[in-house]
Amino acid sequence: MIPSAFEYHRPADVASAVKLLAELGDDARVLAGGHSLIPMMKLRMAELEHLVDLQAVAELKAISVEDGTVSLGAMVTQHDLIDSEELFRAAPILRETALQIADPQVRYMGTIGGNVANGDPGNDMPGLMQCLGATYVLEGPEGRREVAARDFYEAAYMTDRADDEILVQVRFAATTGGYAYEKQKRKIGDYATAAAAVLIEAEGGTVTRASIAMTNVSDTPVWSEAAADALTGTTCDDAALQAAVDAMLADIDPQEDNRGPIEFKRHLAGVILQRAIARAFQRA
Amino acid sequence: MKDFDDREERVGKLKGLGCARKRVEDARFTQGKGNYVDDVKLPGMLFGDFVRSPYAHARIKSIDATAALELPGVIAVLTAEDLKPLNLHWMPTLAGDKQMVLADGKVLFQGQEVAFVVAEDRYIAADAIELVEVDYEDLPVIVDPFEALTTDVVLREDLDTSEPGAHGPRKHHNHIFLWEEGDKTATEQAIESSEVVAEEMVYYHRTHPCPLETCGCVASMDKVNGKLTLWGTFQAPHVVRTVASLLSGIAEHDIRVISPDIGGGFGNKVGVYPGYVCAIVASIVTGKPVKWIEDRMDNLMATAFARDYWMKGRISATKEGKITGLHCHVTADHGAFDACADPTKFPAGFFHICTGSYDIPVAYVGVDGVYTNKAPGGVAYRCSFRVTEAAYFIERMIEVLAIELNMDAAELRRINFIRADQFPYHSALGWEYDSGDYHTAWDKALAAVDYEGLRKEQAERVEAFKRGETRTLLGIGLTHFTEIVGAGPVKNCDILGMGMFDSCEIRIHPTGSATARLGTISQGQGHATTFGQILASEIGISSDNITIEEGDTDTAPYGLGTYGSRSTPVAGAAAAMAGRKIRAKAQMIAAYLLEVHDGDLEWDIDRFVVKGAPDRFKTMTEIAYAAYNQAIPGLEPGLEAVSYYDPPNMTYPFGAYICVMEIDVDTGEHKIRQFYALDDCGTRINPMVIEGQVHGGLTEALAIAMGQEIAYDDLGNCKTGTLMDFFLPTAVETPHYTTDHTETPSPHHPIGAKGVGESPNVGGVPAFSNAVHDAFRAFGLRQSHMPHDHWRVWKIAHDLGLHG
Amino acid sequence: MSKMHIKMTVNGQKKELLSEPRQLLIHVLREELGLTGPHIGCETSHCGACTVEMNGKSVKSCTVFAAQADGAEVTTIEGLGNPDGLHVLQEMFKEHHGLQCGFCTPGMITRAHRLLQENPNPTEEEVRFGMAGNLCRCTGYQNIVKAILAAAAEMNSAKEAAQ
Repeated sequence: MIPSAFEYHRPADVASAVKLLAELGDDARVLAGGHSLIPMMKLRMAELEHLVDLQAVAELKAISVEDGTVSLGAMVTQHDLIDSEELFRAAPILRETALQIADPQVRYMGTIGGNVANGDPGNDMPGLMQCLGATYVLEGPEGRREVAARDFYEAAYMTDRADDEILVQVRFAATTGGYAYEKQKRKIGDYATAAAAVLIEAEGGTVTRASIAMTNVSDTPVWSEAAADALTGTTCDDAALQAAVDAMLADIDPQEDNRGPIEFKRHLAGVILQRAIARAFQRA
Repeated sequence: MKDFDDREERVGKLKGLGCARKRVEDARFTQGKGNYVDDVKLPGMLFGDFVRSPYAHARIKSIDATAALELPGVIAVLTAEDLKPLNLHWMPTLAGDKQMVLADGKVLFQGQEVAFVVAEDRYIAADAIELVEVDYEDLPVIVDPFEALTTDVVLREDLDTSEPGAHGPRKHHNHIFLWEEGDKTATEQAIESSEVVAEEMVYYHRTHPCPLETCGCVASMDKVNGKLTLWGTFQAPHVVRTVASLLSGIAEHDIRVISPDIGGGFGNKVGVYPGYVCAIVASIVTGKPVKWIEDRMDNLMATAFARDYWMKGRISATKEGKITGLHCHVTADHGAFDACADPTKFPAGFFHICTGSYDIPVAYVGVDGVYTNKAPGGVAYRCSFRVTEAAYFIERMIEVLAIELNMDAAELRRINFIRADQFPYHSALGWEYDSGDYHTAWDKALAAVDYEGLRKEQAERVEAFKRGETRTLLGIGLTHFTEIVGAGPVKNCDILGMGMFDSCEIRIHPTGSATARLGTISQGQGHATTFGQILASEIGISSDNITIEEGDTDTAPYGLGTYGSRSTPVAGAAAAMAGRKIRAKAQMIAAYLLEVHDGDLEWDIDRFVVKGAPDRFKTMTEIAYAAYNQAIPGLEPGLEAVSYYDPPNMTYPFGAYICVMEIDVDTGEHKIRQFYALDDCGTRINPMVIEGQVHGGLTEALAIAMGQEIAYDDLGNCKTGTLMDFFLPTAVETPHYTTDHTETPSPHHPIGAKGVGESPNVGGVPAFSNAVHDAFRAFGLRQSHMPHDHWRVWKIAHDLGLHG
Repeated sequence: MSKMHIKMTVNGQKKELLSEPRQLLIHVLREELGLTGPHIGCETSHCGACTVEMNGKSVKSCTVFAAQADGAEVTTIEGLGNPDGLHVLQEMFKEHHGLQCGFCTPGMITRAHRLLQENPNPTEEEVRFGMAGNLCRCTGYQNIVKAILAAAAEMNSAKEAAQ
């Protein structure tokens, strides 16, 4: 497995990177962690002329939690997410999710920016970002713009990002209340057969706010507003759980693959969501 | 007392049989100083790689290599047309069939080798592959072996159906052979007249040995001296030399085959692959060394799958559970060519060991081999030839019979075990089991896991499940397997005509150390450690002072290689026998030195002692020196021996495995709570190495039973070509194992050893699978096919109505 | 495509070479620098046989381009211990039979080395999780886990003794 040849670029800042992309056009791709892109290149399912490696862009490695807002530079690695106590305090679901991605070596290289920008429905962070209601910051020749994670994904590998833009930052509000990222996979290193991200705030045993998103059960991550609505105002009793699952099932569209047929995936998505809700509610 | 202490110390110093000796290989491997085939680098070496077919069945209309040849650094592009003048476009398989080296007019499976690109390095070769234009016309694809036997679609147009194949008449153009063993009529009569009959289709799915190192070779034709040197991932280097000579016409003494360190084999590296042939041809054509190394997709898609047996069984018994007969018909999917690596006369290997550990009065087996549009192979993936299929079949049939009888499966086994006093035991399908004590092993295993307690817990769990208090079921997977390894007696076992003996040559050096060479080749089994231990106990020289060498045909004696757990039973026996020859001569030397008759001496650990005069002795060190520095009347100088060992029978290791598994009914996930493995491999050479072999084999079994498969879609596309989809468990999915043993030596083996490497795969797969089945037995499950991955286990629960 | 001038510090030694940007780090190490300890097993970043340490991280060198490694500090199995004195992990792998064919071993030990730096006192579960990026086909991991736990204990007691 040998990739086709390319020219390599290592810009030192975002502006230079954006300029490079503008100059090189369609033949260029950004390299964040590379653990999705490089295997694709080695299988020659991705062939490109120019690779723009962001590893030297220091500003993209910043983690900050200020005024209840979490900001993650695109080149923050999964390992960094797990490692940061500050992040764990601000949004513990990040660590819980990141620990379920790939394996240790891949987590040292894999980045939040790469994971969310790639548009692979199997990636876990896009689903989590739906749940968190995150904002993505994109920078292109025309400057910066922001797009809601919930508006970003169009289809598998198709996103709102233009070819000459770089996703530079992910931003979301720190969480309060209960959380859970529940993922079933065949083994370490696999994508989810189904996964659910759940945030729940409760008062006196009643859900006051919820957010629910699913991974790898459609060609994009799925934020299920209806599922969250079904929980709000309830005590997360069996009826509410079932209503949330039913609402979620109306929003997903899983496809058959080696992980199993559609019937299984739909059933599993329900089970996983119920478990995620139960865990999140317990923590709320 | 002093004498006793001295003896203990001397035995300890030998580091011989039974010692948990640390491995001599490890200093090298832990420092990254192994020497695997891709580490071989020769001046001017070129790199070869294949253009492979994207289609499972297609006619090749044209191949245009013009653009590839224009790429700087590309030396040659070989196609079948180039190999035809050498008659190397096809090659014989080990199973009596023939196989295309490069696609000759058509392709028969996805990933088949179409053209061989030779370039200055692997990067240029990879670029050139993209530039070779092949025009295909697709043909109907047959992936189902049952459909293959009825369809009009002809896969092998090169064969004439009216002509018999290597194993008799062919009844259809996609049929390869029908192979039968046992008394069919008597079996059918016994079954029909029995009180209880259980019938089931048991499928052992297609999988792959997938060693961590893929297959590869470096061929170097030295045109000056006319010698061909071939380094490669060969589990049987001498056989490769003979095949290379027969195919190429190069005299065998001008070919040197070297198996360097091998990164796991598990059967994958037994066969001869097109890559080896093409590398040799390319080296001859270019006059330069040529390296060919598979990538992982090549390995999974094209070289040597395992299993793929559809086994239709009928087993009968009395109401009390005494088995009266066993009938089995197998539809064996061999893929595009019959490239099974079995002894020549056994097209279904030793599948007729399928009466297992049980005293079954009458049995019949029929195996129909079938061509499909899948990769060729059918190798023994960490098992003796088709033994894992046989063990899985009988251990499933026993479970199904237990259901039919409404009887506990452990008790049913106990009722039917061959008793210790029945050995040597003649099975209904023609084998002579050498030794065993199954009841003792079984009772020990059941006691170790508190079997009755587990059954009680299971019953309570079922009740709790029915009351809605839990969604997790408990499965208790039982297996008692009997292996047949150590092929084999030359009178009925050969590979391409070469009898399956093995060999050992020992040279004792003047200062009392030794070098021994064998015809086998370790792929991680630790031969350099354990063969040294066998010899140490035989010749009284510490294993630390014995170097073991294997894998170089220029130096090692001819042997049939390492697979089918044959190294210890055959080469290990050769080592012991060669050691005894050394000792016989040493005795004569000692007698001369001590001025007594040979018969006045007795062997004592590391020396010959004059009987009744313990202070008069000569150590092996003294004897070795004397062999080289004294003229001893009537004896040649030196101290060397060679033994070629033809085993009188195979060996029959056995074991009792119990797997306790928790199954999540809603997700299909499982958790292995306990795995107990009792192995009886006869005399134990190195307990540490045995335990390691068991851990590894069980993990392979876990993978096979719980998720690993080579799967195809209807168009013959391989769906499991990378390690994303081909399941290899990590440390997280792998449970902790408890190992145990009994020791029933083989009566015919010089040191009583039977071999162990493959037992855990053979016994492990049914243990895991039976645990899954057992969890659902209370709800009516009889049979569900492997692999038991999440969705298939979920499907069991779903079909049984357990999802409400 | 033109070649790049690449500088790396490998096992403490400065190295300079010309490489196509697409050349994979594993090939640079094995083919250009003669460090054949790390191996190629799966090529899709699943097996970890190619694991080396780069800038203080365990990485799968089959999924890193040479160009990305320009300026990096790389440690391979050859950089741990030496023939006269094995690293304690190397000793413990031998002592506890943590290897068979040896093909995964360099990656395993290199990864374990980083794991123990980050977590000097891991539980068995943490070792299994921390080693989940490395596949072994021979050992069933049980003795690998044992070896790493033993190495951790050994390293900790050596550290205590030094204090």
